[in-house]
Amino acid sequence: VTVALVLAVALAVGVVVVVAWPFLREPEPVSDELVEPTPEAQRRLELAEDRDRALSALKELEFDHRTRKITDEDYRAQVGPLRREASAALRALDEGRDVRPTGEPEG
Amino acid sequence: MPELGRAALLIALGLCAYAAVAGTAAALQRRRRLAQSAQNALVAAFAATAVAAAVLVVALLRNDFSFVYVAQTTSRELATGYTLSAFWGGQEGSLLLWLLVLTGYGTLAVRLNRSWIPDLVVWAVPIFAVVAGFFAFLVVGVASPFETQPAPLDGAGMTPSLQNPYMLAHPPLLYLGYVGLTVPWAFAMAALISGHTDERWIVATRRWTLLAWTCLGIGQLLGAHWAYVEVGWGGYFAWDPVENAALMPWLAATAFLHSVMIQEKRGMMKVWNVLLVILAFELSLFGTFLTRSGVVNSIHSFTQSSIGPWFLFMICVTVAASLALVMWRLPLLRSPTRLESPISREAAFLYNNLLLLAICLAVLWGVLYPLVSEAVRGEAIVVGRSYYDFFLRAFGLPLLLLIGIGPLIAWRRASLRSLLTTFRWPTSIAVATGALLLVLGFGDSWAGLLTYSFSAFVLTTVAIEFARGTSARRSLGGGSWPRSFASLLGRNRRRYGGYVVHAAVVLLAIGIAGSSAFDSVAEARLKRGDSMRIEDYTLTYRSLDERQTANATEIRATLGVERDGKDLGSLKAGKNAYSVEQQVSNEVGIRSDRFTLEDLFVIAEQVDPDGTVYFRVFVKPLVNLIWFAGLVFVLGAVIAMWPDAREQRQQALRARELGLPATP
Repeated sequence: VTVALVLAVALAVGVVVVVAWPFLREPEPVSDELVEPTPEAQRRLELAEDRDRALSALKELEFDHRTRKITDEDYRAQVGPLRREASAALRALDEGRDVRPTGEPEG
Repeated sequence: MPELGRAALLIALGLCAYAAVAGTAAALQRRRRLAQSAQNALVAAFAATAVAAAVLVVALLRNDFSFVYVAQTTSRELATGYTLSAFWGGQEGSLLLWLLVLTGYGTLAVRLNRSWIPDLVVWAVPIFAVVAGFFAFLVVGVASPFETQPAPLDGAGMTPSLQNPYMLAHPPLLYLGYVGLTVPWAFAMAALISGHTDERWIVATRRWTLLAWTCLGIGQLLGAHWAYVEVGWGGYFAWDPVENAALMPWLAATAFLHSVMIQEKRGMMKVWNVLLVILAFELSLFGTFLTRSGVVNSIHSFTQSSIGPWFLFMICVTVAASLALVMWRLPLLRSPTRLESPISREAAFLYNNLLLLAICLAVLWGVLYPLVSEAVRGEAIVVGRSYYDFFLRAFGLPLLLLIGIGPLIAWRRASLRSLLTTFRWPTSIAVATGALLLVLGFGDSWAGLLTYSFSAFVLTTVAIEFARGTSARRSLGGGSWPRSFASLLGRNRRRYGGYVVHAAVVLLAIGIAGSSAFDSVAEARLKRGDSMRIEDYTLTYRSLDERQTANATEIRATLGVERDGKDLGSLKAGKNAYSVEQQVSNEVGIRSDRFTLEDLFVIAEQVDPDGTVYFRVFVKPLVNLIWFAGLVFVLGAVIAMWPDAREQRQQALRARELGLPATP
């Protein structure tokens, strides 16, 4: 029996313990089910992303206007639709419905 | 201890197989403990690989030539640093390093994200395990670093050109980059399989992609400097297939880092982003295949080996699986948002992506064409520098200009009046720069002139962005200029870090244009006392010395250097003859001017027995900007990667609001 063999066996035993640890620690768990977002939570997450995107676009527009990247006229022309978009996204999240055009796939 | 190394790798292979099978079963059956067990198997695979790596390091340090790998890559005379670098200097060791980094990255990425995106991590684990299992299979069954033999008295030594300090950092950085691109790919595939194609996979992998991209970029730059000071041909990038192999995934990752911003800001280009992640990952595998299969002749590549078909198999399987997943989830990836105007920030990003991809595909064809030609017609055709230079000019110059144009245009759409306002200063300065350089006699190279003018455009844009942003922050929050500047950086690290990276790319472009379009070369055979001239320099060959070091005979010619009659000291250039490796290398002499940033670069091409030396001398203007660009690049990347407290708060708020697990 060589030192290398002893170390290899020790390594093998160690990894078996590590891999089996979740079962050794909880032999009879109350629930063994994976926690995952429900389809409803997933949909609300995507709506929240839409809302944050719309709010971020408004902030970006404000900053671009302040740094003179866009003129006053462009700012006035864009801020209205962006506010409406943000407001619709907020409303959709509150009501739990999708504001995207009907017939369009989600995503 | 080769038995321990072999056993550790066998254990790692078993663990990867278990993590792949158990991880898939856990994800399909939604079994929590089995998923945790699969995660633990990935961690244990990293530990087992680390044991194998430690065995190889010990063998290298002890000059244990009973290991075939140690005997083939080192010798007793080799300095300790280079002996350690032999870990990645040969085929088998470099594959082991791939496995070590991959299992390490996988472990860390899974551990950091498992609490807030468990639905993605549960699929990412088997995906990591499949890729790691492939590399574990290679080092167990195809190219083991633990093959043994009766120990010879000494090893074969290391290729002389690899005996350079850059080799201690250049290959590991490239591996960190190549392997790092597995992380965004694994999470993107996990998002596709789970059907959860929201932005969480992007948030989770953004810094990993940036880290991989930074390592790949710096690794290439260090490789370029190594080629410059060590290989001794007078250049830093030769469009060698293996150099191209590292460039291609970097270009694809650059495109992804830009286009992912369109997805974040506008919810567009989800399919495109996933395709770019797949492309970057596959190109990293392809690069590894090129280096290790022996299909190309390169100074960087390893010898002919049997691992090529296995790599091709893996590339085909992962490409097919990735594309099948994209097709399957296409309805989830379609976006209702459309491009509002061809003159908008997102359109500029799109053009940038197309140009980056065009360069990437041109380089890919340049690499593939000789292989296809040899396979079909039986003759290997070398794709020369002119091919790459043509595409670099055709796509690279517009890309350089776009780096400056993009930040000037607003999202969604920009009016002509806005454009006239924002473009006024950068355009004026670019035109003035071009006109001034033309007057000063830089009109010989139109590509060089355009590069300088476009660079002036981009640098002005970057300066204006910082100045206006700081001014806006100051007017919003008050306070001093430095405080407003810091606040600007802190509030949008990725954007302003990105601008610093843009400045680095400009410095790189100026350095490349200066040193390649406006360089000079002179050649002469000199006897002692003879002189030669190049530009304003006069070089006088003074003496030839020979000395014996531990593993080489060093011959150095000493040249006196004068510029416009002023003595600038001396320069040494010569050759090293390595006794064990039976090879001779060029040892170039370089004198850098810290004010003009140009180099005087001397190669002693041929040293005759009578002491006559044939010298080739270059003057390379602005070449040092290339290396300086690397420092600026790292600074920009660090700013962009630095954790953003505001963004983390927003993520946490969103998660709390929706009752989802909190972000880390």
